[in-house]
Amino acid sequence: MTLEEIKTEIEANVPGCRLELIANGSPSGQLSLLVAPEHMLPVAIFLRDAAGLALDYCSNVTGIDWPVKEVSTKTKVKKLVDGVEREVEEVVKTQTGGYLEVVYHLYSMEKKHGPYTLRMRTEDRSERVHLPSLTPVWRSADFQEREVFDLYGVIFDGHPDLRRLLMWDEFVDHPMRRDYVDPDDYEYEPTAHDEVLQRARQHTSELGAE
Amino acid sequence: MDEQLKSELRRQGVVATSIQELYNWGRKSSIWPLNFGLACCAIEMIATTMARYDLARFGAEVFRPSPRQADLMIVAGTVTKKMAPQVVRLYNQMAEPKYVISMGACAISGGPFKQGYNVLKGIDRFIPVDVYIPGCPPRPEALIDAFLMLQKKIDAQPLTGPDRPRFMQEGAPSEFTIPTFGAHDLEPTKNREIWSAPAEPALVHITNGNPNGRPE
Repeated sequence: MTLEEIKTEIEANVPGCRLELIANGSPSGQLSLLVAPEHMLPVAIFLRDAAGLALDYCSNVTGIDWPVKEVSTKTKVKKLVDGVEREVEEVVKTQTGGYLEVVYHLYSMEKKHGPYTLRMRTEDRSERVHLPSLTPVWRSADFQEREVFDLYGVIFDGHPDLRRLLMWDEFVDHPMRRDYVDPDDYEYEPTAHDEVLQRARQHTSELGAE
Repeated sequence: MDEQLKSELRRQGVVATSIQELYNWGRKSSIWPLNFGLACCAIEMIATTMARYDLARFGAEVFRPSPRQADLMIVAGTVTKKMAPQVVRLYNQMAEPKYVISMGACAISGGPFKQGYNVLKGIDRFIPVDVYIPGCPPRPEALIDAFLMLQKKIDAQPLTGPDRPRFMQEGAPSEFTIPTFGAHDLEPTKNREIWSAPAEPALVHITNGNPNGRPE
């Protein structure tokens, strides 16, 4: 079963659901399905319980950080310049990203098909980072959602035990975010490569030799 | 006592020795390692104790699951910042005399995970290490070599004078500061009493001998 067919099935059975197929430019060309967070829970329950799909196993949950990025695209526009119609290149700047994304990989042990990839996105990267937890649907998502919470800061509503998993409780920030600033603890080491050596020298000149 | 005379007496069935030799022989011949592993190096450590490599030949077959009964800590694997306080606490709970082997690239310096947000850059920042074994992971032969090196080190320690082992010096610490969890790193990040960063050596330019390391 292809993801397009699954998309039609979901649309027929979960009314009013916003879905979007996301293309994949890599040679594998595996599509993924972007689901609106407010519909994720009924969609997940449908995928698990529908007799034809029976996606009973969630193998992987992971997070992605998409910082705000400005993309400029050049388009050719016909314009009147000095009374003559000419083709002029126009640069259009658009902003992409600015959200956190969570990816789920689903398989069916019963029907022996999969993987299918589901995604959902938060509204932004600082305040509105709440997403519904799928641990009530697939128990295997428990630790992996905790890991995504720990490293990316996505808050999963409905998770039974949302605590940090890898870092300690006193840790602030989320180390896998693209804008995480690691503590300046660079020291001289005999085999340092350029960047580390440069940061080590900077560190030593700021704090003096220890 | 003259070594030649000693071996001559030995041939006649007379054993002559000193308290120091006997004491060190006892210490080095029955080392009980602590039974714990942190990552993949632990698999090599386990292999070392099994039939093929047989660490028991050197008197260290009894791996103890309690720090109170162990005198060698083999730090086998990546020490994460979350695990570091527990490793130091286990070391503090061990009875003297105690030794540490730092096994593998991670335990020495953080290895491939150095400067990562969750990995300690070497266990020697918090506890004194006797023998380092490089490798990723080191082979069982390397661990046996480190073990023999530790035995040689114990054998050569004088029991009196300023070079006597740490546990025989009055006032020398046997417990070390256990770090606490901070906002981004351990606090403190290292025990300054036992560890300091290596200083960058002054570069000497080969052609002109300029100590500033820059060609003129």
